Amino acid sequence: MRKEYVMGNGAIALGALAAGVNLVAGYPGTPSSEIIENMAKYKNGEVHIEWSVNEKAAMEVAASAAYCGARTLVTMKQMGLNVAADALMSLAYVGVKGGMVVVSADDPGPISSQTEQDTRMFAEFARIPVFDPTSPEEAYEMIQDAFDYSEKYETPVLFRPTTRVCHAYASIETPEQTAPKEYEGFVKDSKKWVIFPRLSFRNHAKMEQRNPKIGADFSDYRYNEMSGSSKKCVFASGVSYAYAKEYLKDHPEVRFVKLATAFPFPEDFVLRALDGVEEVLCFEELSPYIESALLKCIGTHGLNVKVYGKLTGHVPSSGENSAESAARIIGAFLGVEEEQTGIDVSDRPELPVRPPVLCAGCPHRASFYAVKRAMEGKKSYFCGDIGCYTLGNAMPLDMVDTCLCMGAGITMAQGLHWMDKEAACFAFVGDSTFFASGMTGVVNALYNEANMVLCVLDNSTTAMTGHQPHPGTGRNMMGNVVDKVSIEKILEGMGVTKILTVNPLDLAAAVAAVQECAGLPGVKAIIFKSPCVAITKPSAKVEISENCIGCKKCIREIGCPALIIKDGKVAVDESLCTGCGLCAQICPVGAIGGADHE
Amino acid sequence: MNKDILLCGVGGQGTVLASKLIAAAAMREGHTVHSAETIGMAQRGGSVTSHIRIGEDIGSPLIPFGAADMILAFEPAEAVRNLHYLKPDGIVIVNRTPVRPTTESLHETGYDGTKEIEYLKTKCKCVVIDGEALCAPFGSARYLNMIELGAVSATGVLGISEEALLAEIEAQVKPQFVETNKKAFAAGREAGQTNEVK
Repeated sequence: MRKEYVMGNGAIALGALAAGVNLVAGYPGTPSSEIIENMAKYKNGEVHIEWSVNEKAAMEVAASAAYCGARTLVTMKQMGLNVAADALMSLAYVGVKGGMVVVSADDPGPISSQTEQDTRMFAEFARIPVFDPTSPEEAYEMIQDAFDYSEKYETPVLFRPTTRVCHAYASIETPEQTAPKEYEGFVKDSKKWVIFPRLSFRNHAKMEQRNPKIGADFSDYRYNEMSGSSKKCVFASGVSYAYAKEYLKDHPEVRFVKLATAFPFPEDFVLRALDGVEEVLCFEELSPYIESALLKCIGTHGLNVKVYGKLTGHVPSSGENSAESAARIIGAFLGVEEEQTGIDVSDRPELPVRPPVLCAGCPHRASFYAVKRAMEGKKSYFCGDIGCYTLGNAMPLDMVDTCLCMGAGITMAQGLHWMDKEAACFAFVGDSTFFASGMTGVVNALYNEANMVLCVLDNSTTAMTGHQPHPGTGRNMMGNVVDKVSIEKILEGMGVTKILTVNPLDLAAAVAAVQECAGLPGVKAIIFKSPCVAITKPSAKVEISENCIGCKKCIREIGCPALIIKDGKVAVDESLCTGCGLCAQICPVGAIGGADHE
Repeated sequence: MNKDILLCGVGGQGTVLASKLIAAAAMREGHTVHSAETIGMAQRGGSVTSHIRIGEDIGSPLIPFGAADMILAFEPAEAVRNLHYLKPDGIVIVNRTPVRPTTESLHETGYDGTKEIEYLKTKCKCVVIDGEALCAPFGSARYLNMIELGAVSATGVLGISEEALLAEIEAQVKPQFVETNKKAFAAGREAGQTNEVK
């Protein structure tokens, strides 16, 4: 055995390897991205690892591999599960042969997401089991159990850690050597692997007969735990259990229940836990899942137990829980006087706010600025997308009018066009997002004759989630150099006739490209190509000469973090400046120099 | 031993490496360690924190309010922002050099960190270090994290030996930078020994 100090996502990767996983596929998304990165680091033997083009592709690649009897892992964030839902819903009916675990990482808060959806609800909707780890250590063990259950019941299973589990670090003991599972291979059987209404009807009935059996099995599952024996009882799951435990350490008499498997509901276990209990507090994040399931169970069995939680307003209905909210809410439920700890900070001075911003030298800033300059005074709509470039909404750029979900900018620009044909409609999409879900939107625009300008912000990486490679980068997760998929050629092949590629850091050329495209009918594309500053070496930094007249136009126009005011004068923060030279092209008196792009 | 340490600063200041080194040094001395970090969108110029919990008996991966033995702050406003995590008898090690947010260049509020340092001094035991001056001989603000670590080591609050921290610097920093990092660590140690307030 060896010890590794890893984040929860690393523990999940090590657990899957210990379980003999054969194939791993996923799409980056905070907080799930590091599972695949750690997998690539720790794997030994023949494990196929890939960043798929999107979550649906990952789900399908893993599904057919699991048909072969292989063990497969799919990773994504919770909203990725929406993308993959089409595949997963049907797969739940078809089932698998080898163990297949779908990790969908939830993000209470939300900290880096657009929704506070709850994967446990999705499990019930899809009628498949879900596992809910409370810590990295438990995630390591539990994902191995998840593979076993998946194989035992021939169904894909969901595994849902939350951000605080994914990003917490702990020491994990893991075998020196792991080996992928020996598998049988694909055995043709069209009655099993080809979904038809008849098969769905038959298998739906089987699933509904099976699920109570899994619930009974889960009633003895090692991570469904209880302690204490009071009449007041606390139910918790996921990291909320860890917060509650922090408080209940000092109250060991309180009946404290961990529900690691929300669905299928382990009814026998819950009935045992409720024995002698009069009141229950459900301390959970996102949806009131356990609370609703308990109410159902109590109703079915005619128990006289009061249930408190999100539905009764005792636990906040949105946002994440914490050790503090656990102490406050559980303390109030138990009637324990709250003791003041810590330092009184009610008199603290007002602090500067630090909204996330585009990095100094980020080429996206230049792309947005070029479009802004080119369209000054003209009616235009700017549809944004998911990625670093969502930050183009911040002042002073203010260049994102809509942002909905992956790939939506391209299609939303079309909706705006149809409702307002006078306006120029722009869609901004990153290179990775273009491959993930942008391409169909472009075809939609061509086919339906929309007028729009597609701006592909190509920085040669998936920047926001930590610089994962994608089809345009020429590298894959097996460590191989592969042919780059060309965005330009894809657009050309689709039938986009006007495609310009410019370096956004050449401001005059970029503005001219936008002006040229904005005036033309049909679908036009501009590929703003310049690598992410986080993956390139900075060039010579800019310098501000004595000619500076202090107009601050550079700061007011582009808001680069490297441009600061020092002793009343505009100055360059050398630790941040990358020498992109955009500011030098904006200065009205040519006082900024020194960079490569003068 | 149970110790809770909160590191805070602004994305890009090197809090992540400092937290890794503290965690690894504690493990080197046989302790059980858990930690947690800010990752994702908030990293980009935003406020960042790392929570390190040393000891067997922990529930929450994040330090509860009022429980931290030490706050290691890379920036004055971030120290104040996280002060509610500190135990009443805890200690704050804080760099007095401010990082002014980009919004500050657009709408001047006059933030320079002095008010925040004064406030900290009225609230808790502090070690104030001058990050800018201490980094100057090394030619880069990148050495701030080693200076902060040196100051941590000087206080002795963590119960982690100087040797363990130095050993982790040797193990985890690129070979060509080890010597300079160790010098920055030594400079931080000296500052930590001489600058205690209250």
